[in-house]
Amino acid sequence: MVYDPTVLTPTNLEEVYELLAERGRRAKIVAGGTDLMVALNAKSLAAKEFINIWRLNELRGIDDEGETIRIGALTTYTQLIRSPLIQLGIPALVEASRTIGAIQIQNRGTIGGNIVNASPAGDSLPVLSAFDADVEIGSVRGVRRVSFNTFYTGYRQTVMEPDEILLAVRLRKLNQNERSFFFKVGTRRAQAISKIVMAVKAGMTGAEINSISIALGSVAPVVVRAYQTESLLTNAILNSAIIEQARSTVSREITPITDVRSTEHYRRTVTGNALARVLWRLT
Amino acid sequence: MKIKFEINGVVREIDAPPMKRLLDVLREDLCLTGTKEGCGEGECGACSVIVDGEAVNSCLAPICQLQGANILTVEGLSRDGRLDPLQQAFLECGAAQCGICTPGMLISARSLLDVNPRPTRDEIRAAIAGNLCRCTGYIRIIDAIERTAETYGLRSHSPYADQP
Repeated sequence: MVYDPTVLTPTNLEEVYELLAERGRRAKIVAGGTDLMVALNAKSLAAKEFINIWRLNELRGIDDEGETIRIGALTTYTQLIRSPLIQLGIPALVEASRTIGAIQIQNRGTIGGNIVNASPAGDSLPVLSAFDADVEIGSVRGVRRVSFNTFYTGYRQTVMEPDEILLAVRLRKLNQNERSFFFKVGTRRAQAISKIVMAVKAGMTGAEINSISIALGSVAPVVVRAYQTESLLTNAILNSAIIEQARSTVSREITPITDVRSTEHYRRTVTGNALARVLWRLT
Repeated sequence: MKIKFEINGVVREIDAPPMKRLLDVLREDLCLTGTKEGCGEGECGACSVIVDGEAVNSCLAPICQLQGANILTVEGLSRDGRLDPLQQAFLECGAAQCGICTPGMLISARSLLDVNPRPTRDEIRAAIAGNLCRCTGYIRIIDAIERTAETYGLRSHSPYADQP
């Protein structure tokens, strides 16, 4: 029998809410399809119903809110890369977007998809974590905001209820004293799934670190913050001794596994090296 | 599900399962077999087509999302029997060996030149980063795309030499 699922194409957000309220997880939302179609082609996904939101333009767009930037869930990586607002306010997100797949994927893949697909290797996720983003989630019951750093509850698990849809993500722009970094190690530059991926945001006064957030992907079941390393570095004066301490602290702090893409030992070592490299760039 | 779109300048309407891949619609329903399937998971770029001005992997696009879209495939590059300058340059530079990556390479190059008619070699490399050639013929492909930019009378000035 030919696999012929039903596709529902709502024309506004209210209709999406109603469809999700009736169907919950029985219906699968499809946006850019860059993860979902891979699963479908591999026959590891066989939903009977899909909700197609690709043309739902009210979920697309990048808005300047002054201190913060609101990014609609359907915003593609290409749109992020081309946005002067993101280039200035959240440069690490532009760097991350450039490393996701290649142009064909960047034209279709969405930031909302990266978030809800909930892969620990999602390349935009460490940036959202390091910037302490908020996500906006909607349903017939209303709209709620959740801190991105509490959004994942376990491997590929999120706080979202079956009737909810991700609407947007909101990040605070860098201020004058802050810089952001993005670092990814994959097998090759394009199209690679990360062995480790790191985003760092740091506020500096001279050589003193006022604040630092270090977020890591592909080293734990969910994207994680290196809180021990962050507290080691907060209010520290950057020098080679503290950088070496940070290198070993972050290597010990993470809980990577050995899998098809890399080994635990490699991931610990490279994470330490990546952080040291970022810290040297801050000096 | 009935879906209507414009493909290579012609409006077509087809009846297909809504989650059918654009790639399969092209090859099976429209007999446009120039677009190839390589990996079927968005890694190799052999199935690249231009949708509404942007290169996408047709193996990852469900046909239900193409309602009203404007699609360009490799068959749409030549006009009235005349090759696109890109195709001509690929021939002259020997930019095809086995040929299976060629339609996708042409499409990625076309979408680059449409927005950036004088790319540097690095920009060309970035534009075809999602297209794999397993005959290792990248240098001649990059040469061909660069030559196309030149034949338009627009020279690129790249400070970057090729690395082996």
